[in-house]
Amino acid sequence: MRELVVLSGKGGTGKTTLTAAFAHISENRVLCDADVDAANLHLLMAPDIRQATDFHGGGLAVINPDKCTQCGICVDLCRFEAIKENFKVDSIGCEGCGVCVDLCPEQAIDFPVQTCGEWYLSDTRFGPMVHARLGIAEENSGKLVALVRNEAKKLAQEKKLELIITDGPPGIGCPVIASLGGATALLIVTEPTVSGLHDMERVADLAAHFKVPAMVCVNKSDLNPAQARAIENLAEKKNISVLGRIPFDPVFTESMVQGKTIFEHSENSEACLVIRKIWDKIMTAPVMNDQG
Amino acid sequence: MIISVASGKGGTGKTTVATNMVFSLGTDAQILDCDVEEPNAHLFLNPEIEKQETAFTPVPKIDESKCTYCKKCAEICRFRAIVVMAKAILVFPELCHSCGGCSEVCPENAITETGRELGVTEKGSANHTGFVHGRLRVGEAMSPPLIRKVRSYADPDKTNIIDAPPGTSCPVIAATKNTDFVLMVTEPTPFGLHDLKLGVEAVRLLGIPCGLVINRSDMGNDEVRKYAEKENLRILMEIPFDRRIAEAYSKGRLIVEEMPEWKEKFLELYSQIEKLAL
Repeated sequence: MRELVVLSGKGGTGKTTLTAAFAHISENRVLCDADVDAANLHLLMAPDIRQATDFHGGGLAVINPDKCTQCGICVDLCRFEAIKENFKVDSIGCEGCGVCVDLCPEQAIDFPVQTCGEWYLSDTRFGPMVHARLGIAEENSGKLVALVRNEAKKLAQEKKLELIITDGPPGIGCPVIASLGGATALLIVTEPTVSGLHDMERVADLAAHFKVPAMVCVNKSDLNPAQARAIENLAEKKNISVLGRIPFDPVFTESMVQGKTIFEHSENSEACLVIRKIWDKIMTAPVMNDQG
Repeated sequence: MIISVASGKGGTGKTTVATNMVFSLGTDAQILDCDVEEPNAHLFLNPEIEKQETAFTPVPKIDESKCTYCKKCAEICRFRAIVVMAKAILVFPELCHSCGGCSEVCPENAITETGRELGVTEKGSANHTGFVHGRLRVGEAMSPPLIRKVRSYADPDKTNIIDAPPGTSCPVIAATKNTDFVLMVTEPTPFGLHDLKLGVEAVRLLGIPCGLVINRSDMGNDEVRKYAEKENLRILMEIPFDRRIAEAYSKGRLIVEEMPEWKEKFLELYSQIEKLAL
């Protein structure tokens, strides 16, 4: 089984649009949305949810006012300044470390496990999909990312599907690190801007740090061909294969508005032609076929 | 005053709005780029860096000559950053959330703290405007402590503009909590709207007034405007899709440099925020 994870560093470069396009032109795949913080793939896949399951994160400190003697030990211990002067816990500030819970001399602090999101097993017109929604202002996004990827793997094994296409989150922090560990390869989708170049370099360095092979494609490439060239040069210097350039085209926005993949919207566009070539290169790339 | 520029969805134009606004305001303003995973503001403002500091977060260091392997430290650690065996103890510093629980409970005083490098903060100025950003170390998972370090540079005598990270989870909360106004930058597409709703929910949870900037406002559909009206969200600025803007951005140029008539609009945006802020 192989897993391709689509990342970008910078947000808004086209990860989800491309993932959806790949879903359309591939076969025997499981789709996975690992951007649990601001998931969008479902807007194009229109999943039919078969199973919804609560996601439990860590505990949240809750002070029982009947037992609390206001000794102040918890306030001093809390490094996250989450316990206010009135001995109430700021639920957004609480890190879930439980130090106050264990060290309260009156055992006045409860630590109920929090439901901080939900994850779904769904069917789509392109096959099964695993996705999730992390609650607003919640922690544990890395844990939920690991969970959806693991469920996607189980589903692929169960249904004997060979490929998982995972739409990843932006950035290089906790949820991204959780998205790339153990992946077969990454596709970094970037754009020909100073930010696109800068952010692609950081995510490429992250991939190298965790020894996951990466490939690159440049979206909206005609916006600044010189910048696209600079990205390709940098990628080559880092031994990352460059798969192609996708031109800027308003049909991307139009297809999104209609909830369609770009292939369903305008199959004969130049963009579709290029995306198909990129997909062929991914599927035949040595890194995707070196099963060891 | 502290204004945070946030979005939910990435790539909607947070950095564009934050950098153009701070540049238009000039001397009395500074930008705090809190998108420490992928900071970009410096690419547009080209600041001269005057001070660089490496930021650390405390993690446990065990003195094994004192350790009796009693496991109290492993028991209090909810993040499984310490594993104790019969005659050995292992620390996984990258899992540590720096709560200090282990050193607190160790009966042998065998635990002191050392630092795990989070990344760097850099402070400088660009064209008389203050500039601070953080750059997360590649491989480091936790951005909130570094975001808090960047925010510690907020200057009460200045207008502080925070360029926030995308999303709605802990890094965004760390960047927007206790600010006076959140400016949400969105685009009029289904993805933009979906993530805007999440962003607005987060801002409301924090109880901070907010307003909208609609970027690439002539693309997509009308759903963002309908949502704004329904939710009583003020649309404070619209930036149409203009190839000149997109090309300027691609080269690291500000809109106000390329099209000086926009300076007035960003100053007007700021004066509207002043009226709406806490």
